Amino acid sequence: MNPVRRARNHPGYWAFLVHRVSGILLALYLPAHFWALGLALHDAARLDAFLRWTDQPLVRFGEWGLVLLLAAHFSGGLRLLALEFLPWREWHKSLAAVAAGVSLALALAFALAL
Amino acid sequence: MTTLQVRVWRGGPQGGDYRAYEVPRQASQSVLDVVTYIQRTLDPTLAYRFACRVGMCGSCAMTVNGVARWTCRTHVDQVCADGRLELAPLANLPVIRDLVADMREFFDKWARARGRFAGRRTRHDDFERVAPDSEPRRQVDAAIECIGCGVCYSSCDVVAWNPDYLGPAALNRAWTLQRDVRDAAQAERLRAVAGDAGCHACHTHLSCTERCPKHISPTAGIAGLKRAAAAAALKGEL
Ligand code: SF4
Ligand code: SF4
Ligand code: FES
Repeated sequence: MNPVRRARNHPGYWAFLVHRVSGILLALYLPAHFWALGLALHDAARLDAFLRWTDQPLVRFGEWGLVLLLAAHFSGGLRLLALEFLPWREWHKSLAAVAAGVSLALALAFALAL
Repeated sequence: MTTLQVRVWRGGPQGGDYRAYEVPRQASQSVLDVVTYIQRTLDPTLAYRFACRVGMCGSCAMTVNGVARWTCRTHVDQVCADGRLELAPLANLPVIRDLVADMREFFDKWARARGRFAGRRTRHDDFERVAPDSEPRRQVDAAIECIGCGVCYSSCDVVAWNPDYLGPAALNRAWTLQRDVRDAAQAERLRAVAGDAGCHACHTHLSCTERCPKHISPTAGIAGLKRAAAAAALKGEL
């Protein structure tokens, strides 16, 4: 492993990376989300066409990715709040593991519900 | 395994490169033993720093195979499975020569974080009594054993991104004083650590907590300072 990676290869840093990357990707997705919401207000026909487009398997898969990102960002945020606002204890690695577990469980539940 | 292949960074502020050495492998050998062997036997021009050799003075920290560590209490066994060691000066600090990093900025930041105790009493007064099991006292206990080695500072990405960032060790020091019920400079200290380069700059990477050889969690103290600063700001005291 190269030294730059080795120095950062620990759960706290991974949790930071996941939180940061999921946050950036979600922020990039937001304009598309607002555009679709805008359609719902102004152009029902185009919204229907758009919703039919989202029924394609690949788009479905993308939606699943979004849910995973959202779950990861959400549970990662709760992890940070717990870490910084609750009395400190030796649990930051467990918290990161729980956050990872919760996000995967949520994403799996969504995949099964699809 | 009978020999270690050791690459040591040699150079100064203008730059440098790794040089290779072969060092005999010994039982219970520390990384500092390896460096000392090189300096005493192979190359007397090698510059490095140590004093106590027992994990008290904080002067021997270096980058060992990419990770900042105290070298006197890091056994070769712990860090090198394949017989190779790569030694470099601590990151995030200027280099003086070879393995010696310039710690001035690191300690200047302790001063900037108002890391000095400000007492209320004089030698003519009685002792101030602090209950050993009180919460602030226990929080101080968890953070007070810092040896000033700079391992956390050198592991922190925020220090690399923002050179003004006070860093985990100085903020940890400020936290031990913030929790010290005898200290009389609380407002001033909170102002010193609550700026852009202070506690709020920390991204909670936990690298400092992961690497501190004294098992201190500067992240814990920084979180405490964040809460204290936020509470003071809400009350209009900051
Ligand atoms: S927790 Fe904060 S101070 Fe510690 S390494 Fe991370 S960013 Fe730096
Ligand atoms: S907090 Fe730990 S790693 Fe940082 S200077 Fe103190 S002893 Fe070294
Ligand atoms: S030589 Fe003193 S801590 Fe390593």
